[in-house]
Amino acid sequence: MADEKPKRKRKPPTKKVPMPEQDPDVRRRNFEEVALGYTAEQAIEEAMKCLQCRNPKCISGCPVEVPIKQFVELVQEGKFVEAAMKIKETNSLPAVCGRVCPQETQCEASCIYGIRNEPIAIGRLERFVADFARQKGEDLPELPPKIGKKVAVIGCGPAGLTCAGDLILLGYDVTIFEAFHKGGGVLQYGIPEFRLPKDIVDAEIEYLQRLGVDIKYNFVIGKIRTIKELMEVDGYEAVFIGSGAGAPNFMHIEGMNLVDVFSANEFLTRVNLMKGYRFPEYDTPVNIGNKVAVIGGGNVAMDAARTSLRLGAEEVYIVYRRAREQMPARAEEIHHAEEEGVQFKLLMNPVEVLGDGAKHVIGMKCIRMELGEPDASGRRRPVPIPNSEFVLDVDMVIVAIGNSPNPIIPSTTPGLSVSKWGTIEIDEETGMTTVPGVFAGGDIVTGAATVISAMGAGKRAARGIHEYLSKN
Amino acid sequence: MYEITKKKVLANVGGARTTLMVVKAPDVARVCLPGQFVMIRVNETGERIPLTVADFDRDRGEVTIVFQEVGKTTKLLGTLEEGEFIQDFVGPLGKATPADKKYGTVVAIGGGCGSAIAYPVARAFKDAGNYLITINGARSMDFLIYRDEMKSISDEWYETTDDGSCGVHGFVTTVLADLIEKGRDIDLVFAVGPVPMMKFVAKTTESKGIHTIVSLNSIMVDGTGMCGACRVSVGGQMKFSCVDGPEFDGHQVDFDELMRRLEAYKEKEAISLEEWEKQAGGR
Ligand SMILES: Cc1cc2nc3c(=O)[nH]c(=O)nc-3n(C[C@H](O)[C@H](O)[C@H](O)COP(=O)(O)OP(=O)(O)OC[C@H]3O[C@@H](n4cnc5c(N)ncnc54)[C@H](O)[C@@H]3O)c2cc1C
Ligand SMILES: Cc1cc2nc3c(=O)[nH]c(=O)nc-3n(C[C@H](O)[C@H](O)[C@H](O)COP(=O)(O)OP(=O)(O)OC[C@H]3O[C@@H](n4cnc5c(N)ncnc54)[C@H](O)[C@@H]3O)c2cc1C
Ligand code: SF4
Ligand code: SF4
Ligand code: FES
Repeated sequence: MADEKPKRKRKPPTKKVPMPEQDPDVRRRNFEEVALGYTAEQAIEEAMKCLQCRNPKCISGCPVEVPIKQFVELVQEGKFVEAAMKIKETNSLPAVCGRVCPQETQCEASCIYGIRNEPIAIGRLERFVADFARQKGEDLPELPPKIGKKVAVIGCGPAGLTCAGDLILLGYDVTIFEAFHKGGGVLQYGIPEFRLPKDIVDAEIEYLQRLGVDIKYNFVIGKIRTIKELMEVDGYEAVFIGSGAGAPNFMHIEGMNLVDVFSANEFLTRVNLMKGYRFPEYDTPVNIGNKVAVIGGGNVAMDAARTSLRLGAEEVYIVYRRAREQMPARAEEIHHAEEEGVQFKLLMNPVEVLGDGAKHVIGMKCIRMELGEPDASGRRRPVPIPNSEFVLDVDMVIVAIGNSPNPIIPSTTPGLSVSKWGTIEIDEETGMTTVPGVFAGGDIVTGAATVISAMGAGKRAARGIHEYLSKN
Repeated sequence: MYEITKKKVLANVGGARTTLMVVKAPDVARVCLPGQFVMIRVNETGERIPLTVADFDRDRGEVTIVFQEVGKTTKLLGTLEEGEFIQDFVGPLGKATPADKKYGTVVAIGGGCGSAIAYPVARAFKDAGNYLITINGARSMDFLIYRDEMKSISDEWYETTDDGSCGVHGFVTTVLADLIEKGRDIDLVFAVGPVPMMKFVAKTTESKGIHTIVSLNSIMVDGTGMCGACRVSVGGQMKFSCVDGPEFDGHQVDFDELMRRLEAYKEKEAISLEEWEKQAGGR
């Protein structure tokens, strides 16, 4: 075969332009942001690789369909503020999403350029333009005339914030009722400063307030006022429930009530919302052991583990009952945790937390696991290996095995249909619950999920509310 | 921001003060019930702490709290004056006492600062037509609070002091055991105060099977069921004080575990207090 066509020389696969980061040895002891973000030059260099596909797949990978192709084109042209405005057409919290979305399973997973190379770093670009625009100072969009109808939003997390933002832009009077003294939901109390600086969350909330959204803090709906009262006494014509999945799950094993066992929620709330990492300047204390085991393999577990390091723990273990590939955390978080020195104890399941007479933790008994047949979710199910128990030497345990919906609202709202997991049932199209005029979305409907899916649900409900109130 | 409209020091023994404050919080005052609590944060750097609703006035939109200065936050709160503001005041949280029912003879017991907390509950028992016996206990006479209030609503009224400076020399359980021994028919006991006191009250009533409600003071962060800091073992099951309680069946509560859990932040609390005393000159 002498006349074989000369092989076209293929370029080696490219990688994303790396994002500058704090050195792992330094950052494992401070609370400053880990990733430092692109410079303008780096952003343009990364954006230039985008193929501007005629039929871009990236967009359908994003739960809120950010016009990725168009915003990346604007980055190529150096029009960063315009790029941010473009994203904001469908996503009101780009600075947050650029940082915390699991891009590798969403937008970037579908990127066509990514078939042969590392995909376009859509998240990093999103983050860059959002930060750029925020630092420039953003103009408020023009608001339509007021419709003269009031809507109540319960919960100031991503779902509630998005719903409120969309409704105010449609001309409704919107009030958010928030149980805590600060807004943001998980963005405020759960995700740590080193991953999502609270200035950013505060700025996003302030932006909504400038648009005219009223936020009432310290307001636990179901306790101080019921949904029925909001509608019948206070004159809200529709209500959106975005109260999240805030109730921590514990394991059904001995030792869960020991003094040094914490839910990730408690630990992270003390550190983030209450600023416990700045004790005693801030009054809320937070305890830290020398050897800390974090049970779980999701983002919450990674956050708790990395926070433990930063508070001064010497050894931090992630104890997860499945294998590494099955960990639900964002790839970047797992990578960062590992770089910082978190140790992964995989295929291991706690069977008892051991305590001394004073109820302090002196160890955690675990059993080794192996992967068996796939379960309903398609993941291979971990099964215990008989007689493989051993004791992990730890003096503090953080439980991060998921959260359930808080029952306060369902239990005080007659007629609200709830699943056996405690999640609120809705009409998928409109977001409306079984109570007319009452909508819901986010973790309270899906169980613990993602920021962007909660935002998508908030958007959908805003549309549903608009339709409902336009008819009535 | 929540305005303090009235402040009164109820007891002050060697700088250990118990103080009453009336706070403007109309939304809370509108719906709160005896047995419920609020979470407060004094200022921007402050901790969230739970305090029981000691009284309320729905028309004036006011809630009364009574607190004992035990550490940084309660001391800081104690420095606020009438006309000043508490940063955050969230409530009402927790379940109300089922005090609007007729049980027969009810004994309401308050220990120390607990007397103030027991008062609205005791009053509700009385209003529901129960025969009300109250036992007010404290270390010594100077620590006894809410004496006239308790007396005015009680069918029978006792006081005890550990040192015998006033009333019966002994503990609240001394009187309770005496009543039981005399064969008095008691249908319900309600107790709030220091954990050891509640523990011994529950012990005293256990053999006779007298239903005993205790109000637990576990450490809390949010007060809405979101952190699990307040978990207690009741009848071998994990309960969250803030949403499942704060009141539980005293015969089912693991008091020893609760006491250990209350000490979780002891060292940090000491640091906090020390810093505060340096700063405020021990105010
Ligand atoms: C530690 C941690 C890390 C995470 N990391 C990531 C990540 O990297 N990427 C990602 O995509 N997702 C992550 N998630 C998941 C994501 O944060 C959630 O899915 C998302 O925040 C859900 O949004 P939401 O608006 O439904 O609820 P939430 O964010 O939970 O907000 C609910 C709000 O409602 C308030 N509320 C509750 N009950 C009441 C009431 N009765 N009255 C008034 N207000 C009430 C709450 O105080 C809260 O502010 C993480 C979650 C945690 C806990
Ligand atoms: C439902 C409930 C109702 C209460 N009602 C009253 C009341 O009406 N009047 C009153 O004087 N006290 C009440 N308490 C107790 C009160 O909350 C504590 O005394 C207060 O938090 C102490 O804070 P500190 O900073 O002054 O003292 P610290 O030095 O921080 O602590 C002193 C002790 O108070 C307890 N404590 C500390 N932090 C907390 C916290 N965040 N939550 C709960 N307990 C804590 C611990 O046992 C600790 O050892 C109540 C507690 C609960 C759970
Ligand atoms: S919002 Fe999230 S999923 Fe959508 S484009 Fe941005 S980073 Fe990707
Ligand atoms: S699929 Fe990838 S390469 Fe194509 S437009 Fe989207 S980001 Fe650019
Ligand atoms: S105080 Fe957080 S769950 Fe009870």
